[in-house]
Amino acid sequence: MTEAALAFHRRIDAALADAGLRQALALTTGRLLGGRTAAFGALPGADASRDDARRARASAVARLDAYLDQFAQAAEARGAAIHWAETAADARRIITGIARERGIRLAVKSKSMATEEVDLNEALEHAGVRVVETDLGEFVVQLGGDRPSHIITPIIHRSRQDVAALFREKLGAAPEDVADIPAMTALARRVLRAEFLQAGMGISGVNVAVAETGSVCIVTNEGNGRLATSLPRVHVALLGLERIVPTAADLAAVLTVLARSATGQASSVYTNVITGPRRHGPAGPPNAGEPDGPDELHIVILDNGRSRLLGTPLAEILYCVRCGACLNACPVYRLIGGHAYGGVYPGPVGSVVMPGLHGVESWSELAHASSLCGACRDVCPVKIDLPRLLLAVRREAAAKQLAPLWIRAAMPIFAAVATRPRLYRWAGRAAARVARFLAREGWIRRLPGPLGAWTASRDFPVPAPRSFVDAHQARQEVSR
Amino acid sequence: MTPRPARVQLFATCLVDEFFPAAGHAAVEVLERCGIEVHVPPDQTCCGQPAFNAGFAGEAAAMARATIDALSLRDDPVVVPSGSCADMIVNHYPELFADDETYGPKARALAARTYEFSQFLVDVLGVELPASPAGPKLAYHASCHGLRGLGLREQPRRLLRDAAGARVADLPDAETCCGFGGLFAVKMGPLSGAMLESKLEAIERSGADVVVATDVSCLMHIGGGLHRRASRVRTRHIAEVLADPSRD
Repeated sequence: MTEAALAFHRRIDAALADAGLRQALALTTGRLLGGRTAAFGALPGADASRDDARRARASAVARLDAYLDQFAQAAEARGAAIHWAETAADARRIITGIARERGIRLAVKSKSMATEEVDLNEALEHAGVRVVETDLGEFVVQLGGDRPSHIITPIIHRSRQDVAALFREKLGAAPEDVADIPAMTALARRVLRAEFLQAGMGISGVNVAVAETGSVCIVTNEGNGRLATSLPRVHVALLGLERIVPTAADLAAVLTVLARSATGQASSVYTNVITGPRRHGPAGPPNAGEPDGPDELHIVILDNGRSRLLGTPLAEILYCVRCGACLNACPVYRLIGGHAYGGVYPGPVGSVVMPGLHGVESWSELAHASSLCGACRDVCPVKIDLPRLLLAVRREAAAKQLAPLWIRAAMPIFAAVATRPRLYRWAGRAAARVARFLAREGWIRRLPGPLGAWTASRDFPVPAPRSFVDAHQARQEVSR
Repeated sequence: MTPRPARVQLFATCLVDEFFPAAGHAAVEVLERCGIEVHVPPDQTCCGQPAFNAGFAGEAAAMARATIDALSLRDDPVVVPSGSCADMIVNHYPELFADDETYGPKARALAARTYEFSQFLVDVLGVELPASPAGPKLAYHASCHGLRGLGLREQPRRLLRDAAGARVADLPDAETCCGFGGLFAVKMGPLSGAMLESKLEAIERSGADVVVATDVSCLMHIGGGLHRRASRVRTRHIAEVLADPSRD
């Protein structure tokens, strides 16, 4: 096993041993998933809505280059500046450059996984720009020097008491400020409001970009996204290059399933469609004036490995709208949470995205942390066949000899025997005889070698004295 | 509905063959009671799913070809007492041989006439079973691949309701994976074990005496867990329950 794989197994063991974490995960994922089930139950033609959203995403990914060009032209025509970032380093360089050129010292951020992916906060701080996360969950993450453990609910691993302690320590909160969640929220709001008013730059991600209009859509529940993208003089939006749809109707198709899948809401509290910065001119489309918003809108289009997936067996993961439903439905995520996966994107989607973007050598073990139960596929709003993609990662890893040695040794032997029926029957009888040596009362309590991982937590049955096929044939001969 | 066949081939699956022959014999018995002649192709081995799921496409294809050959000597429908292995044949064989001129058509033909056991009884034969009010209390665990790959939601439940009626207990989170996942149980032992733990707790909370499933793979896993904790709850394949619904 590679060092990366061993580290993953150690993180899994640590997460499984954390009873508080498991309790917090069960509670929140259960609530989110229950909300999702109810929301889709109440949506007429729910399944067709998922098909519509999938079609919108698939049509964009199928001609991504053309739609990106269309988007860039439309956005520029409405006054936005477009920047292309091939790598995470490019994105950091571009965004810190925008801040430095304008002498910006404070940036407020709306929640964005893409900025986590490129480690933007560290880069900005290094360039002398103070960064304040304004999503409540991300604010807590930042105060604690932590990392998000879920793509929608970043502090799913934290309890209310944890957060209260953190607020007392880092914000000097009085007991009445942390008495309950509304009090803590009010405190965060007071702290953040001052930052919003002083910030020279607002940074956001993009949930969906619309090619025909050059718009970026951002959905939030706290209103911080609206403040961060309209109050500061400069708005920088970091857009993963696959997060695009052809038309405004396609945006509607995605929004129909997005919040329902993420939190069980019919729609998020705030849905911002931002088309260019403030500009002069008469009101009314197209290329109209826009009296509101920041002076400058910079859209940074991030590749960071995404375009490499086009035309590969993993391309379907580019349909993802980052709702987090697959995390909530996954029995593995529900046990270990996001940090154990070790990357920015956890759960079933992360187990495809991380090896997809950053290579199977360091990340393929994630794809083995799945029983392929398919619960993720059932809840995906764009019906991504996640088990099939996990298998594709496993296949690529096996082709690169990344599987454990014993599996690499055993598979060809197993296949050689199983494709020779007479040898297979003989081997079965021999194995049954050996296994009975290890057994007591029909069960084996301890298997040797790597198979010991089975008997660590459950017994293993002994093979039957006579196999079904042997017994059936014998019976047929008697009756003949 | 497919016309009612006179004969079927039973693909027992490697786990039934080697570990749980009683499930295979029970499947034969139930089918014969329905007036179906059952042929057991002698050259059947393993469908190749362990290799397929581990990412060993070449080995999986070799085993799949052997299985296709073994099950294509006759054109009778194939009945599989496992949702997972049936899903492998129905959904993954055609994908595995999509570009194969020889095995592609064979794989698609086999996929079209392959059924999981309870699916065959309900969807093809439309069987109605006599109720047996006396017997152990049953809990049904929905095996993942049958449930989500083949859409086996109602068929097994209906058969159990027919056969055991009020003796079927409600199993909380019946559609949550037991953590078996083939090699997953070994490769990710602690994770698989933790998933099993949740399943075992749900089973014991249900008050059932016997856990029933369409797949012996899950039952082997659940049964191994129950035995380790010296539980009184037993496991039984759905074919065994239908063959003898009041057996304790």
